[in-house]
Amino acid sequence: MNQSDPGAMKTLGVYLFGQAKKLSLKFKKAPTMKDLMMVYYSEAKSAKVTGRKVAWITSGGPVEPLIAMGVIPVYPENHGAMIGASKMGAGLCEKAEAMGYSNDLCSYARSDIACATVNGGPIGGLPRPDMLVCCNNICGTVLKWYETQARYFNVPLFILDTPFCHTGYFEEAARYVRSQIDEYIQFIEDVCGKKYDFERLREVGLLSFEGQKLWQAVLDTAAVRPAPMSAFDAFYHLALIVTLRGTKTAGSYYRNLLAQMKDRVARGIGVVPDEKYRLLWDNIPIWPRVRWLSQKFASHNACLVADTYTSAWCGTTKYIDESRFIDSMAEAYTRIYLNIGVDEMAKTVIEMIDKYDVDGLVLHSNRSCKPYSFGQLDIERIVGEERGIPCLMLEADMVDDRSFSESQIATRIDAFMEIIKERKKNKG
Amino acid sequence: MITVGIDIGSITAKAAIVEDGKILGTKVIFTGYNAEAAGLKVYEEALSEAGFDATAVSKIVSTGYGRNSVKFADRAFTEILAHAAGAHFVNQKVRTIIDIGGQDSKAISLDEAGKVKNFVMNDKCAAGTGRFLEVMARALEVNLDEFGAMSLKSQKPAKISSLCTVFAESEVISLIARGEHRTEIIAGIHESIAARVSAMLARVGVVEPVMITGGVAQNEGVVHALEKKLGLKIEVSPWAQVNGAIGAAVLAATL
Repeated sequence: MNQSDPGAMKTLGVYLFGQAKKLSLKFKKAPTMKDLMMVYYSEAKSAKVTGRKVAWITSGGPVEPLIAMGVIPVYPENHGAMIGASKMGAGLCEKAEAMGYSNDLCSYARSDIACATVNGGPIGGLPRPDMLVCCNNICGTVLKWYETQARYFNVPLFILDTPFCHTGYFEEAARYVRSQIDEYIQFIEDVCGKKYDFERLREVGLLSFEGQKLWQAVLDTAAVRPAPMSAFDAFYHLALIVTLRGTKTAGSYYRNLLAQMKDRVARGIGVVPDEKYRLLWDNIPIWPRVRWLSQKFASHNACLVADTYTSAWCGTTKYIDESRFIDSMAEAYTRIYLNIGVDEMAKTVIEMIDKYDVDGLVLHSNRSCKPYSFGQLDIERIVGEERGIPCLMLEADMVDDRSFSESQIATRIDAFMEIIKERKKNKG
Repeated sequence: MITVGIDIGSITAKAAIVEDGKILGTKVIFTGYNAEAAGLKVYEEALSEAGFDATAVSKIVSTGYGRNSVKFADRAFTEILAHAAGAHFVNQKVRTIIDIGGQDSKAISLDEAGKVKNFVMNDKCAAGTGRFLEVMARALEVNLDEFGAMSLKSQKPAKISSLCTVFAESEVISLIARGEHRTEIIAGIHESIAARVSAMLARVGVVEPVMITGGVAQNEGVVHALEKKLGLKIEVSPWAQVNGAIGAAVLAATL
């Protein structure tokens, strides 16, 4: 390595830092999310030094085939959430708008596209990809977004096309998606320049399945009164099931988290002091305002005990068959929450209302995420008809805080809580 | 028991003094930039005009956007609850409320007992609010007080299709340039407000009787456009602008 190259020196520094951190975690009983994410991003950012490949992948894309081949998966959406949470979204979105992208475009896409050109954001940009993997089970925007990035980085792009499941899953769709998995494997072989390791994929599949079940078990603990954790905690702990599902790291982290939550349940500790009201959250968090919202609801003794967002990473375990992971994976990835009809989405919401015994539903009408927000008026109506609980619609955006109006949101939440309190009082 | 309600809105601050089901006095002033000072001022002026001393007041409730800046209030409630209480106080049969204020428009549904069942508010956009009308009045060089009467003379209301206040203003300006008559433009503006508000009403579900409250209820053109759009009669609260303050005073009596 040329010592006069400052870029390479920096990469090496990042790598050594990541390795030192990893070593220190060996002696620590339970690494924190921050520790693990630090190691994850330092490994990804120093992949060039270690000779590993980096793939950028959509949040709902099948990651297991990459992990099995030692490819480091990197998630622009997870990065977008970090940008939003660190309140750097508006600046990067403005940058993308100056580049010519419409402000109607998803703010994850806008901030990622802008960030790639300036290496900005909280971690100085994502590592350069060797390939892009785009699965359209979450939305159609990702297709154009990933095409743009494939051109920008001049790297191969694989598109996994998952047909929308309006009313169910049919044989034709199953065959279509399954055949693309073979193409996907071939694509990874080509980029990595080595034979695919199916034995390793079987192991990764088992770990992924186990991780998803553990994540579900963690979320399930909030069904207890008082809830030991809230959706706001889930937004935080979610990062590993997105970025590292299919690894031992994710499994051990969630096993440990589950033990902590069970301990809180056993000792009757609720995350919201004096929990009186239980709510369900729908849609992606408003990342720049998560803390504010959490405090706002807590000030009303209300706990958002569950959400449709974080449970999306364990919502299709019923379709997974561990013994034939590749085949069942095709179905599981196609039938995720955002790729099904509104009636089935409403059914899922109602099941969650019953399971977590909630008093109200809070829907974030997310300016960025059209597939998530589009059916919300119908879901609100169906929930009203079937369960009769109050619903609140909050108009905002997951990353771009220019779309958030604090005093208007505060009034809506206060009024919503007044209704819920009045109802509870009357019910006794 | 004498109670006072103070409603700090985005444009005006309102106070109402209520004793045992009777309204003893109301006051409206501009909020200005200091909501806290406006709250105190409207309170003191309402009391002095009605001839009461602050010591006679048992409880005070604040509401509206500036509700938390009224430090001397015993409690703050949102304007949704306050408008519901105010409308129920004026007419106990009311089941649906349309409230159009300075920066908000909302639809509120009540149950038989007058409790809030559901509400929907406009999104961040100011179209369909009092502020929207103010901008339009300025563009048309018409006094806002004349808007209602003028629009009732309209034969064929102009079409205002833009949902954004800023774009609607330029749309209005281009209508003026095309020689469209003022009365038709104003009627068109009222119809665009009615279209927005009725979409919110559809979400909460309309049950009669319907009452309209808030400052914009004083504009008979908006009321007429809404009645036409919804195909039903709308009761205008005789206390439209101070309805939230009256509701707050009514709520104060329950503390």
